[in-house]
Amino acid sequence: MRWLSRSYLALVYLLLYVPIVVLVVFSFNDSRTGYSWGGLSLRWYESLFNNHAMVQAMWNSLWLALTAATVSTVIGALTALALHRYRFRGKRVLNGMLFVVMMSPEIVLAISLLGLFLLLGLKLGYVSLLLAHVTFCLPFVVITVMARLSGFDERLPEAARDLGASDFTMTRTVLIPVIMPALMAGWLLGFTLSMDDVVVSTFVSGPSYEILPLRIYSMVRVGLKPEVNALGTLLLVFSLVMLMLSQWILSRSKQ
Amino acid sequence: MMRSIKQQPFRAAVLVLVWGWLLFLVLAPNMLVVGASVMTRNPSTFISLPLNLEAYRQLFNPLYLDVFLHSLYMAALTTLICLLIGYPFAWALSRVEKNRQMLLIFLLIVPFWTNSLVRTYALKLILATNGLLNSALMSLGVIDEPAQLLYTEGAVIVGLVYLLLPFMILPLYSVFEDLRQDVLLASHDLGAGRLATFKNVVVPLTLPGVLAGVMLVLLPAMGLFFVPDILGGSRNLLVGNVIKNQFLDARNWPFGAAASIVLTLTMALLMFAHRLSKRRLGEEGA
Repeated sequence: MRWLSRSYLALVYLLLYVPIVVLVVFSFNDSRTGYSWGGLSLRWYESLFNNHAMVQAMWNSLWLALTAATVSTVIGALTALALHRYRFRGKRVLNGMLFVVMMSPEIVLAISLLGLFLLLGLKLGYVSLLLAHVTFCLPFVVITVMARLSGFDERLPEAARDLGASDFTMTRTVLIPVIMPALMAGWLLGFTLSMDDVVVSTFVSGPSYEILPLRIYSMVRVGLKPEVNALGTLLLVFSLVMLMLSQWILSRSKQ
Repeated sequence: MMRSIKQQPFRAAVLVLVWGWLLFLVLAPNMLVVGASVMTRNPSTFISLPLNLEAYRQLFNPLYLDVFLHSLYMAALTTLICLLIGYPFAWALSRVEKNRQMLLIFLLIVPFWTNSLVRTYALKLILATNGLLNSALMSLGVIDEPAQLLYTEGAVIVGLVYLLLPFMILPLYSVFEDLRQDVLLASHDLGAGRLATFKNVVVPLTLPGVLAGVMLVLLPAMGLFFVPDILGGSRNLLVGNVIKNQFLDARNWPFGAAASIVLTLTMALLMFAHRLSKRRLGEEGA
């Protein structure tokens, strides 16, 4: 029974990782056709970095992810603090709205934002992408920070208040240090979500600001492009580093 | 009210910021979609008066109804396959020693953090006519000539299952984690066989996880338009493809909006079922 369940776990993991391994191996493939093995080569990485539009899209994506993660971490952290500490009217509604944003299909969020931006006459580009990305990252940051706050000694902020600290000072000197690991983990998650998003970005981006996922999308829709293997491998390594960093921060803070 | 603002300017600022963001970028846009769905298509301004239900009638146009039903069928099949793979998987996972479990969970969320577009593309490498799977099957002598795997309904479902399986497993894992061994032992001691224990104890206790998983898989399985774009060809469209097409190409906003409201209503229904199952469990537990 035990043997059976172990092999079952192994089989599913194998299936999950085979495509990723294939992608990584093929990114070093010298063959042009992309199916047969033609020896080791870094030519696709080379052609990737010689592609000016691709490099530009990469920088655009990085900048967008950086800013979207930062803004959503700030707003998300404040929201989590408010939900945790304050009693206010409509608290349940606020909670519910965040839950709905997290659950609702991305495409629903995408078209609703497209409608809003066009109605306001906002030119589609960096600003519209930023607003959209912050919106879908927000609930994830709130959840991460809330989880951290739920195991927190309530007497600390009270003590700070008793010692005469204002709400702002108490937040800065007591609460922020406590939720720091969650802030970092939430930031990393937001960064990754933003880097990977295709669905929302398809709707709210314009020609003035091309980002990486959309560039990949236009490349892979028809046929096979060996450069995508190389790019995919780079993104994979990048995400892995981010994820390990976030796990490390969270686990270290528990001890 | 004025006093509380003066006393706690920080609190007031935070609440205004958060509420402002959500009202402006979540509530208002969604109201806009509802509004757009009952208006008339207009090529230059996207939507215009008069109000009507034409868009909803169009949903029942046999052409689109077919697409919707086919999409629903593919999404349901994807969800079922994820559940059949994920349920025993989550159970087995929750029985592994704790220190190894962390690593296994980590391996499960790696895909969540990696680009889904790139992973869909990786499947294309495997499924293509002269791709790895066909070559492997041919060299093993299972088939004589390459089979058409790509651009089929099967390819779309494989793609959706591959992308969404972790979303089924994680909520299931969390309910199996809470499933205490002594409850199973108690059931056994009271004379229940394996099947009876499974049916009367395990299934009801894990139902909220099942519904959460179904919600996390079924909805994206109708919306992820890039999966059929890359793997499915033109005949295996999702509701997401219809919505995207109506908004970005055909410029028929009322119809696209109505289609997205169908998705939202499906979500509402699933959320309601999830809440109900949790509440029932809570009452029985108390």
